[in-house]
Order: sequence, then structure tokens, then C-alpha cells
Amino acid sequence: MDQGKIRNFCIIAHIDHGKSTLADRIIEMTGLLTSREMQAQVLDNMELERERGITIKAQTVRTVYKARNGEEYIFNLIDTPGHVDFNYEVSRSLAACDGAILVVDAAQGIEAQTLANVYLALDHDLDVVPVINKIDLPSAEPERVIDEIEDVIGLEAQDAPRISAKTGLNVEEVLEAIVERIPAPGGEVSAPLKALIFDSVYDSYKGVIVFCRIKEGTVKRGTPILMMATGATAEVVEVGYFGAGQFIPCEELSAGMVGYLTASIKNVKDTMVGDTITSREKPCQEPLPGYKKVLPMVYCGMYPADGAKYPDLRDALEKLQLNDASLQFEAETSVALGFGFRCGFLGLLHLEIIQERLEREYNLDLVTTAPGVIYKVHKTNGEVIELTNPSNLPDPSEIEYMEEPVVSAEIMVTTEFIGSIMELCQERRGNYLGMEYMEETRALLRYELPLNEIIYDFFDALKSRSRGYASFDYEMKGYVQSELVKLDILINKEEVDALSFIVHSGTAYERGRKMCEKLKEEIPRQLFEIPIQAAVGSKIIARETVKAMRKDVLAKCYGGDITRKKKLLEKQKEGKKRMRQVGNVEIPQKAFMSVLKLDDK
Amino acid sequence: MVDGLAEKKELEIYIHIPFCVRKCAYCDFLSAPADKETRGRYVEALKQEIRESRKLGETYEVSTVFVGGGTPSLLEGRQLAEILRELRDDFSVREQAEITVECNPGTLDGDKLKSFRDLGVNRLSLGLQSAQNEELRLLGRIHTWEEFLESFRLTREAGFSNVNVDLMFGLPGQTQKSWRDTLNRVLDLEPEHISAYSLILEEGTPFFRQYGERAEDSHEKSGQETMAGVSEKKGAPREPFPGLPDEDTERQMYEDARERLEAAGFVRYEISNFAKPGRECRHNLGYWRREEYKGFGIGAASLLGGCRFRNQEKLGPYLQGQFAVTDWEELTPADDLSETMFLGLRTRQGVRLTREMRRIYQKELERYQRQGFLLEEKGFLRLTDRGIDVSNWILADFLIEEQMFDI
Repeated sequence: MDQGKIRNFCIIAHIDHGKSTLADRIIEMTGLLTSREMQAQVLDNMELERERGITIKAQTVRTVYKARNGEEYIFNLIDTPGHVDFNYEVSRSLAACDGAILVVDAAQGIEAQTLANVYLALDHDLDVVPVINKIDLPSAEPERVIDEIEDVIGLEAQDAPRISAKTGLNVEEVLEAIVERIPAPGGEVSAPLKALIFDSVYDSYKGVIVFCRIKEGTVKRGTPILMMATGATAEVVEVGYFGAGQFIPCEELSAGMVGYLTASIKNVKDTMVGDTITSREKPCQEPLPGYKKVLPMVYCGMYPADGAKYPDLRDALEKLQLNDASLQFEAETSVALGFGFRCGFLGLLHLEIIQERLEREYNLDLVTTAPGVIYKVHKTNGEVIELTNPSNLPDPSEIEYMEEPVVSAEIMVTTEFIGSIMELCQERRGNYLGMEYMEETRALLRYELPLNEIIYDFFDALKSRSRGYASFDYEMKGYVQSELVKLDILINKEEVDALSFIVHSGTAYERGRKMCEKLKEEIPRQLFEIPIQAAVGSKIIARETVKAMRKDVLAKCYGGDITRKKKLLEKQKEGKKRMRQVGNVEIPQKAFMSVLKLDDK
Repeated sequence: MVDGLAEKKELEIYIHIPFCVRKCAYCDFLSAPADKETRGRYVEALKQEIRESRKLGETYEVSTVFVGGGTPSLLEGRQLAEILRELRDDFSVREQAEITVECNPGTLDGDKLKSFRDLGVNRLSLGLQSAQNEELRLLGRIHTWEEFLESFRLTREAGFSNVNVDLMFGLPGQTQKSWRDTLNRVLDLEPEHISAYSLILEEGTPFFRQYGERAEDSHEKSGQETMAGVSEKKGAPREPFPGLPDEDTERQMYEDARERLEAAGFVRYEISNFAKPGRECRHNLGYWRREEYKGFGIGAASLLGGCRFRNQEKLGPYLQGQFAVTDWEELTPADDLSETMFLGLRTRQGVRLTREMRRIYQKELERYQRQGFLLEEKGFLRLTDRGIDVSNWILADFLIEEQMFDI
């Protein structure tokens, strides 16, 4: 294949600016797929993704485009995930491309995520081709948005295609721009093999299917390969490229091409995203730059609502992990919740996705504890513990100091809401770094924020305080020392381990009070009065009381209709089953999760 | 054959009369006003149903009969006579059998009562509910306190010496004072038996629509304070309805009833039932003790041969002689045990604990006795006063599943 006829590119955009729709249009218009085959959104083929309207797993498709110049070009459209949780995956997908199409909504203009993605693309030396989408909207202002792109990003945009991906209007201009403005790949076909892994999926027949971009050399059936970072080795069984929704085997993949290979690999952990594949016989000198091991940032406990389902939960997590190397879990036990797992995720969205998949695809009813970040506990004896479960916090007397992770965040907001957003960041212990005006009415706020403060509901708060106008992006910055305490919740004087969490000492009182109030709402009246207390160490900082149930009695059974009475009691018993017995108190499952939603008004 | 000589088993008979003058605002029984012709056809169908069950009479003899409703006293004396005569034709009814007919004030006269007596009816149950006319009006009752007094006088005049009066507490607008007054007025009449039911808001009733949000709060929402006022549901009539007493007041009313009635020589032999010694309703006790019973009439429930079932509820097919049965349930050993517990614990006597019960319910017995909700005395387990208040919560824990039984 002539390298000059290949275009490897991705589409970057803020959420909802029309990335997937444009991808659909491109696939449709390059003609490899009949309209009948078109699903509503071809790339987003996970059920969950479709419902949430976001792309989680990067997917890739190869199409053939016959350009106006009469030549046929191979387009490898590499899809990128659309959420900050998957930033690393985004960066690896970008590294597999030679150019990027930047989709900007003609009404919304540039958003925080747009900027973050553009900078990421520019970091990878990609040629960025701006496209103005949704020009059919009544509120579209393509000229203003073009100026914005030029002013804010510094990209030449006057001749950017003005399109409607939805109707297909002017999309052909995008195809031509891809041919003309995105460079063909380079790379020496006869050099030692050097291929970048940008994704992988597990298939029960073929083993791991590795998605890669060949930077140098050639790979084909029988090539003995080495994954340079993990050290895993294998022999290639099949290579091929990505048809729309299917894998199409081919003879070989060579420098400049994007495709897949299989090699009877049993575990996605052997094929980490960002790793370099080379030939064992003729290895390359250096791996490709940029590989890092992705580490979970957010942890929580996941427990089966029905204790007997513990093995099912383990099986399900193992299956999910086959396809998701960033998901981590290990067994743990909670006094309140029994046997379960401490699970690590890239972020809260990742957590929610896994939780939903467990519940939906594996039919598991889960109790999830409050998510937390990884704290570093420096002990007086010099030891440093990475704390993922608040229950494991050492005794305060053994703690020298603690550190928490912080992120640098960029928030783009219209000027009228700057005040309320700054206030929000202040409440979340943000450290103001600076502000730039994008244009007269919009500004970019830079803050350093503790990760702990943004994993819960920061995004929602941001949206509500800016009436939906603020957008947000962040990246990990590192650890800083912080005054942290463990907040314990005592129900009926017994500590409920699953409700403990780490909190900044300055907000402990407020959080404790809110948690007690929330739990009072969630815990139904029982046979006894139940005190709910929040404590830091041995000091009680808040208290609420659930009054004793006064009355729960059936007066009469009419005409011997015992069945009806029995059904009533059975219903009651079912309700009790969904609760967790802690000491004498039955706590509904949702109480464990409710502590996350403290700011619900 | 030897079989024929064997002593027959006891059977309780329930006969359902689904007619009333007017539906009360709280009532969700299978009952409605009907014209004279329908009532006549129903009596004919009932007789046919009883006749078709006569085979039961070969193995059972009748220990109690309860004619309930609806308002059975709405039937003419002649009609009730035909029904009971049919029953006696097909079953042997024990000489000392308890035969109860439910009556409502305003549907009785001396002749009717006399005919009841002649038929062997030896117990009457009068639906009074309250001695306060305003409360009666809100309940949608068709009678006044004065009309009840007249009916009660008539029952005594006709020679009935075993009379129950049904009362309700927790009513809209009811106060502790008005409830005590009701109790006192009724006690002055010296009935043998008093049922004191806590008002239950049943779905589908006008009361539920008016006050219904509260009915849901038994568990899910019980964390909230009881609302004393009127829930503002869409479509509910906006006519000013007095609020329901709050839970504390309601429980206090129950407590008042217990104290007042016990002082007057009544024994609380079941959660809602009080009787002078020896005047307990045998028919109802049979339900709690899981004795066998057969129900006749639409919707009537039966427990027979280890099975529970119910007649279908539609009047039309019934009048045409189609006596279909629904909700058939063959009771398992686990059902038997569960029922023994949750029914038996409603009674003052309680449940005689077997070794099996002690094993299966070890945890519940230990916990609830320690916490003062259950009490074991001389081998019998029963609810304490506080246990009665929250009995559903406790009884629910005595339902077991088959596999628990096998361990």
C-alpha cells in the first residue's frame, strides 16, 4: 500500500459537539457501508455508550474515499474517548494519528474540553483541521466561532468547512480537507518493527485483539513479537484492519498503517495501551515515547447486596477486567457489608460505568461505598502508606502527616458566572492560579483543586451554578500535604466502617452534620430510637436521631383472608432483606450511596 | 365401614353476604349496594354452592358459623333462614356451635331478630364504630348513635346474650376524649365482646384518597413525622376534612381501650379483640389457630386439607352458579410454621413453642425477647404490649422459606 494514500486521523470535540455524528457521516459517505448497515451511531457500539451519548472505548474504522482528484485514499478514523477520566487513552489514540479534525459547535463555540484536546493534539504534532458543525442551528454563529478559534487557539480557520454533520451538508469538504491537509504517514517499511498499541479488546475466540499503529517495519502472521514495556511475548496469528463493525484479516501491516493483530494473548494486561510492539528477532532500539502505566485515581468498595452473590461479583469483575486493564480490584471485608471488593477506577465516570455494567450486564445488585482518592500517609516510623480504604487509616498517633492528590483544572465560563464559579472553587478548597479572557464574554479560570473535592459532584455543581455554561477539564498534578481526618459514622453507637471517609479537617464538621441529616432521612424508623453520630477520632461532632417506630400493626383479618396478610408481611420481609443489619439497626442499601449526594437541595 | 363411625373433624363455616346499604368511606371489603332481585338470586346461588359442598359434610361437622359482609342483616329473615337451613341439610352443625351474624344498626327489627334466634343464631356482631355522630358521618355510616342504641336494645329484647360491638379508633377528627367517651358509652351497655380496630387506610377507598399518603408511611417513609393534617393530593375533594390523629395519639387510644376495657372485666384475647371471659369469638380464634374453615359466597376464603384458596370475586358468574376458586395455595411445612407463628402471636395465649420453633427461630426469639417485644411464659410465646404496637415488623421475621426449614 502506498503510504501517500493513507490518512490516519481522529476527530476531537467537546462533548455533544457532534463528533460521533460526523464520524457516522464520514463512514457513510466513503461508501464502505450501506445505509442499511448504518446503526444510529456506528462507532458507539456499546449499549451504555449509546445511552449516555459518550464514547468510552476508542474504536477505529478504515474506509476508502475516492477523492475529487480521482485517487482512492484509505482513511483510518481513530475514535477517541470523550471524557477526562480517559485522558491517557485519548493521548495514545492521538499518538496513533497524523492529524485531527477539530469539531466546534457553531453555537457553543470553544469549550474547556475543546481546548484541552486541541493542546493535546498539538503536543503530538498533529495537524489540526477545524470544522464548524451545526451551522443549521438557528443560533449558529460560524463567523464568531471561526474568529474564536483563530484568537484563542491560533489556528487558521477562515476556510474551515462549515457543515451540518446531522444533515450531511458540506461534509464532503471535510473529506477533501482530510486528503489535502492531513499529512500522509511516514516510516520505513523495512526497518525493525515498531508499533504503538492504542487499544485492545478481549475476544473469547481470538484472545486479545490489539489495536496498533505501525510506525516502522512490517508485521504479519508468524512474526514473533515483544511488548517492550510489559515484556510479554507472543507469535502473531492474524493481522488485519478495521471494517465498519468487523475485523477484516489481511496479509500484513506495514509502516503507516493502522490495524489489529492477534497472537493468542490471554490477558489485556499484557498489551497495555501505549506500549510498543517490536519483533523479537529484530527488535528496535528504543520504544515509542509516552508510555505510562495508568493508575486508578478513585477507589470505592463494591459489595453484592445479597451476600451469596459474592462469587458472581468476582467473576463479573474478572470478565470486565479482561477488557479494561485500568480497572483494579481486590477482596476486602466490611463489618457492615460483608465480603466485597475494593475497586480502583480512572475517575468517577469510569466507576459509574463499571457499576452500571455490573448491574445491567451481570444482573448484580450492588452496594457501593463512598468513592475516595488515594491518600499518602506518612507514618512517624518513616513508612508511607497509599491509603485506598479509610478503614485502614493508622492510629493518628502513628501519623506524621498526610498528603492528598491535586489536579490542575481549567474552567471555561461566561463572564457573568465567574463570581459564582470562583466561589464554588473556593468552597472546594481550590487554589486560584489565574484567569484569561478568551473573548469579551468568556474567561478561562485556572485552579488547583484537591481531587477529592471534584470526584463527587463538582461537575453537577459547576453546571448548576453556571446554568450549564461552564465547561471543565483537569489533569493530575501531584500530591500536596493536607490536614486530613477520618470521619466516622456511628449508628446506634456502632461505627459503620462502610460509611467512614477521609475529609479535610476544615470541612469535617459540615460534612458530618450533613451526613447525619441525610442518614436520618434514609434510615427508616425501627423498633428503637437510633442515634446517628458523626465522629472524628473519639469526638462526636454531629448527631441526629431516628425516632422509634410507633406503630406497625394490622388491625384485622377479614373473613379469614390470611393470604392477604401473609403477602403484606412478605412484602415487609422483602424490604428488610434489602437492608443491611448493623448491630440492631437495619440500614437500607441506598443509605450507603446517599452520602455522595450531600449537596442535593 | 369403620370410617363412618370415626369422629368427624371440626369445620368453621364463613358465609359472605356482599351487600350493604351504602359503602362506607374506609371500607374495601367485597361489598356494594344491590337491588332486591340480585340479593334474592345471590341467596339462591349461595344455597347451591353449599349444596354442592355437601360431600364435605361426610368428614366434617360444623363448629362455628359466621355470616359476615357487607351487611348480612340486610337480608330478609326468610333469606337467612333458607341459607342456614341449607347448611343444616348438608352438614351436621354441632349443637353448641357458635353462630354469629354481623348486623348494622338501622337494618334490624324485632321480627328479624326473633327469626335469627329461631334459626339458632346465638351471637350477634353489631357494627357501631363510634358513639359520636359526627365521626359516624365522616365514616360514611348509615346510622346514628341513637339508632344503634335502639338496635342494641332490640337484640337484648330478642334474647341475645352474646353480642359484640365493633369500634374503631384513629378516626378523622377523633380525639382521645371522644374515644374515651365512646368506650364509656359502650361499656355502659355491657356487651359481651368488643372489637377495637385501628383505622386502616385501604387502597381504593375514599379515605385512602383523602389521607392515603400516610398509609404508605408504615415503613418506607416512617422516618418522617406523621402528618396530622390533610394530604393535598390532586383530585382529592377539597372539602375540609379533619385530620387523622398522629401515631402517638393513635397508640394512646389503643392503650386507653385496653386499660378501660380490662378494668371493666374484658380480656384482650387478640390484638383487636376484647371479651368477657368465656365470650371470646370462637370462629375468629379458629383463624388464629389455623383450624379448618370453608367460606361460601364471592371472595370467601377457605383453609381446607392443607390448602388455602378463595372463591372468585365476580358477582355475575357466581349468580350463574359458577363457583370458581382462585389463589389456590398448597401449604408447605414452612408455610405451616410461618402461619402458626404470625397468626398465633396475635392471640393473648400465643404460640406453644416446639423444639423445632426454638431451633429455627433461635435468633428472633433471643433478640426480640431481650428487647422486650416478645415474652415466653410457661412454654408459650406471645407479644408484649410494645410488641403489639410494632407487630408487623416482628411477625415479618417469622416468615421462613423452605430451605431454612430443611437445615
